[in-house]
Amino acid sequence: MTSAEATPVLELTGIGKEFGAIRALHEVDMQVFPGEVVGLMGDNGAGKSTLVKIIAGNFRPSHGEIRFAGNAVHFSRPLDARTVGIEVVYQDLALADNLTAAANVFLGRELKRTFGPIALLDHKAMAARALELFGELRSETRPDDLVKQMSGGQRQAVAIARTRLSNARLVMMDEPTAAISVRQVEQVLGLIHRLKEQGVAVMLISHRMPDVFAVCDRVVVMRRGEKRADKPIHQTSPEEVTALITGAKEAA
Amino acid sequence: MAMPLESPISFTNVGRIRWWQRGIFASQTGYVLLALAVLLVIMHFASPYFFTEGNMQNVAKNFSFIAIATLGVTFVIITGGIDLSVGSMMCFSAMITSMVMTELSAPGSPAGALFVHMAADGKTVLAKVPGLILLVSILAGLGVALVAGLVNGFCIAVLGLSPFVTTLGMLSIVRGLGYVVSNGRGSFPGGPDADYFYALTSGDVLGVPVPFIYLVILALAMAVVLHHTSFGRHVFALGGNEKAAELTGIPVVRVKIEVYVICALAAGLQGIIISGWLGSAPANMATSYELNVIAAAVIGGANLAGGIGGPLGAIVGCVLLEVIRNGLVLAQVSSYWQQTLVGVIIILAVLVDRIRSRMI
Repeated sequence: MTSAEATPVLELTGIGKEFGAIRALHEVDMQVFPGEVVGLMGDNGAGKSTLVKIIAGNFRPSHGEIRFAGNAVHFSRPLDARTVGIEVVYQDLALADNLTAAANVFLGRELKRTFGPIALLDHKAMAARALELFGELRSETRPDDLVKQMSGGQRQAVAIARTRLSNARLVMMDEPTAAISVRQVEQVLGLIHRLKEQGVAVMLISHRMPDVFAVCDRVVVMRRGEKRADKPIHQTSPEEVTALITGAKEAA
Repeated sequence: MAMPLESPISFTNVGRIRWWQRGIFASQTGYVLLALAVLLVIMHFASPYFFTEGNMQNVAKNFSFIAIATLGVTFVIITGGIDLSVGSMMCFSAMITSMVMTELSAPGSPAGALFVHMAADGKTVLAKVPGLILLVSILAGLGVALVAGLVNGFCIAVLGLSPFVTTLGMLSIVRGLGYVVSNGRGSFPGGPDADYFYALTSGDVLGVPVPFIYLVILALAMAVVLHHTSFGRHVFALGGNEKAAELTGIPVVRVKIEVYVICALAAGLQGIIISGWLGSAPANMATSYELNVIAAAVIGGANLAGGIGGPLGAIVGCVLLEVIRNGLVLAQVSSYWQQTLVGVIIILAVLVDRIRSRMI
């Protein structure tokens, strides 16, 4: 692991972002290593979402550099980020309600069979692979059910299954445990552990302190567009993190 | 319970959705189809003329006259958009087709000299290559539709204008251009290829009207495209959740432009077929047809909010409208009632669907 840990999968240097007169991010440096789970915390408006969107290719940074697995990268759209191996599970899950679970998992990268010049969807292969992924996630989700008819936990499973499809090297999860049952939270945290075992780096954006302290190796706290703390989880406490988030403590 | 796949999951908490709660049985298209079947039975008892061969041919022909455009607009509606320019587009394509045909068939004109020559008797105009004029003029008609569709798509997908406003503008632009190029007079398909033109647009094969045959072929093609290609998947995804579609890397702009082009081409083809049946392309042809087309799509189950719709629904909607019209004529009810009834049916169809989705 030492050689792998030597090169961070994601390295941000001096990232800044302005929207007109508003400075959303300022001089953010950050590193994420393979197999590491990093918690990203902060109040609303602290710049978490902007940071995530920059890493995911939704926004271009105004300043700074992003390096992925040692190489400088410039994303002009989310697809670019996905191509190098960054996947995002969005808070609103970004699912199309009117499609089936399998269709959502494979959205934008459908499996096809070609008949001469015509490429038709391979429904069977997609359903089988989706079922396998739901099995890995231990979620009782049928690939051919419509997402419209699913529970919050099942939707979560569909969104997470999507990131597993591409064998991403960095998975960012935006509030994955915000709207689901206690049992489902256990499952999602279990999944994060499994991603970690496979050497996948995970960034967990969450408001839920217990979840962050249960799975993360390191916690990064944002406040007013700046990084205020970046500490191994065993060297800090929920109380200190709360103080950093609210501003009771300026930096650590 | 037997699972069809070797399942790695045991479903203890999640039941299987019953067959009557999924697919066509749980869709508006399903009920409207049922309503249509009931209506056909009623018509059979109400009028002895309804199920005669002649009347059936009539019905098949008449609904085919709006159904191809309805297929096109259904694509747009599934993505959550709307295209109000279909009526004008029908007229403009038909007009360009017949004008190009007339122009190319005039032996005196510079373009005509390339395609036709005078017969020995000095009166009959002969085509140099039979069918070529027809091909070129239909391509010209579809070409203008393609351009209008591209403009619609560009304004909506790239510039971000609202589909309603853009296509409302296009409705007016295209209708106006039709008046400009024809000087308000309308045009007639003419020349040596006119017979082919009429055979291809208003003829029949073994008693089946050709527009109906085109409709069936196009509807089958649409079903395959919508449900078995990634383009179709993306069309549905766009209507279901545009943001999700964008985040998952679907080429949203391209898909949007493509659906407006498909819609314009379908409308253009529809217009060309109608002009063959009318024998001319008057400048006021297909005025307000966009309302019939959209009404048919909505009655058939396409959801204006996006994400739902298909070729079967489009056709069922058109058939229902035509059967009602035909029925009212056979029952000797004033045809003025037709529009009122169509309005009632639009609202009823959507209402029934709303009640059903509340019940589940």
